[in-house]
Amino acid sequence: MSGNLAQAYAPLLIHLLVALGLSAILLILSSLIGQHRPTREKMQPYECGITPVGDAREPFDVKFYLVAMVFILFDVEAVFLYPWAYVFRELRWFGFTEMLLYILILLAGYVYLWKKGALDWNPSKTQRDRQT
Amino acid sequence: MFPPRQDVLRLMPEIILSLSGILLMLIEPFLSGARRTLIVTLAALGSGLALVSTIYPATLPGTAFSGLLRIDGFSVFVHVVVEAVAFLVIIGSADYLDREKIQHGEYYALVLFATVGMCVMAGAAELMTAFVGLETSSISTYILAGYRRDVPRSNESAMKYFLLGSFATAFFLYGIALLYGATGTTQLARMTFPTTPGRERLLDLGLGLMLVGLAFKIAAAPFQLWTPDVYEGAPTPVTALMASGPKAAAFALLLRILATVGAAGTFWFWALWVSAALTMFVGNLAAIAQSNVKRMLAYSSISHAGYILVALAAAAASDQVELGVAAVLYYLAVYALMKLGAFIFVSQLGGESERHMEIDDFRGLAVRQPVAAACFALFLLSLLGLPVTSGFLGKFYIFNAALASRLIWLAVLLAINTVIAAFYYLRVIVVMYMRQPNQTWPPAPMPWAVTFVLSIAAAGTFYLGLFPGRVMALATQAALSLPGR
Repeated sequence: MSGNLAQAYAPLLIHLLVALGLSAILLILSSLIGQHRPTREKMQPYECGITPVGDAREPFDVKFYLVAMVFILFDVEAVFLYPWAYVFRELRWFGFTEMLLYILILLAGYVYLWKKGALDWNPSKTQRDRQT
Repeated sequence: MFPPRQDVLRLMPEIILSLSGILLMLIEPFLSGARRTLIVTLAALGSGLALVSTIYPATLPGTAFSGLLRIDGFSVFVHVVVEAVAFLVIIGSADYLDREKIQHGEYYALVLFATVGMCVMAGAAELMTAFVGLETSSISTYILAGYRRDVPRSNESAMKYFLLGSFATAFFLYGIALLYGATGTTQLARMTFPTTPGRERLLDLGLGLMLVGLAFKIAAAPFQLWTPDVYEGAPTPVTALMASGPKAAAFALLLRILATVGAAGTFWFWALWVSAALTMFVGNLAAIAQSNVKRMLAYSSISHAGYILVALAAAAASDQVELGVAAVLYYLAVYALMKLGAFIFVSQLGGESERHMEIDDFRGLAVRQPVAAACFALFLLSLLGLPVTSGFLGKFYIFNAALASRLIWLAVLLAINTVIAAFYYLRVIVVMYMRQPNQTWPPAPMPWAVTFVLSIAAAGTFYLGLFPGRVMALATQAALSLPGR
């Protein structure tokens, strides 16, 4: 059992070793052979081509986290649609109703988010009051 | 392909709870102004209806949804306990939330969702279903623990609970994976001892990891460290919920695994024995040193988990699990009522932002508010296990089960611990009855909702202490309804 397993995974291991080795060799070679002329501009962190504005380690607006969270939530829910689609024909109307229920519950969550103002980037004063 | 109609009926309490939770979330943002009454009424109605609808699973025993759930007397008993807790907590929370200015529909929705999770745990006949139930109840309670958003201690409570709880859940999940590897199924009833050589260790390891995960949820030593901080920081009505509901559900799951999977009884026995002894001593000895009532009650809830573990060990030790299981179920009902009563009382006495939580703050309460003080004294005496109160009979049945399984030493330790516990429960009563009251404070108001919850808890404490016959018969029936090894 374990012998077979090792044999089956051997190519994967070799692949991994080759990939790691190659990148290590390339990095070492370029640092050995290449020319180094560092200037102030070159050493700056790369920020999409524009001049860096400041340190990245500062408090971010909580809105970003909210959006990221909502995105992940709905993204993960969407993943459940794939296995469902795969067995859809076998499940027939039962599968359809089940998924309908699921989406409806999800929709309820969406309506809640919307009305709570979680999707507004700049909530108005009244909405902000309601959120508290 | 549609599930048969009776399967849906068997799931009725869960369906009602989920629907009312979703409804609350939906109407919350649309309401403004005089919404408090509507929200509280809806939440109470939802949990009350769920409690009533438990009659469906009670009359339709059997497996449901292709063997994912097993509806039997056992699951119905735990359903009733958990739903009653939710109902009482919802009613008992309203005034507290008003005072702390956190009266939102989400709070009640989360309580309802947590209850759904506990109900699923009680009926799960399969480990993935149990896991989903565990997660639903845990995640809702993590949020509830941090519900006082502006209070750092509440945030600390939620954070600690979340991090440690996630670890525990991971242990539980890993255990499920190993059990699946060892037996090739997640159905509890089909988990027989593996015949393939080398798989027994895997089975033991899986069972061990699952025990660790669940021991965390019931706050059994040595996994109890989170309990005092989390219970103290969480809003007090939420503490009432956490101490009674999820604990009962986790114990139910432990019992079901213990009764169904043959290997669990033999493998868990010593772990349960040691953990029971440790939990009782850790909870009681630490409770003596507390000056904060809420924290003291948190430690006392640890020690009570220890008492219940004694009955669990008794169930694991003998071939006749019924005696132990019935003792656990009876104690869960008893414990839920008295602990809920004590915490709801403290939530009201604590005053705005839970200022008056020191034992010293309770001095002279008997003079200023005699009825309230008597009520709290009743819960404390019941927690201590004085005759006439339900706590006594609960302990008696556990004692009985331990002796029937020949766990003499564990029974002795239980008796010793009851004596230790007397010290800190009686201290509060002494402070309430024999000290001069503090005149500068206005007496704590007792709104009718809180009075209602406290009277039910007090009445239940008396009823279970004086007339145990009916409930004990139900508990025994429930224990016999388990599939058996």
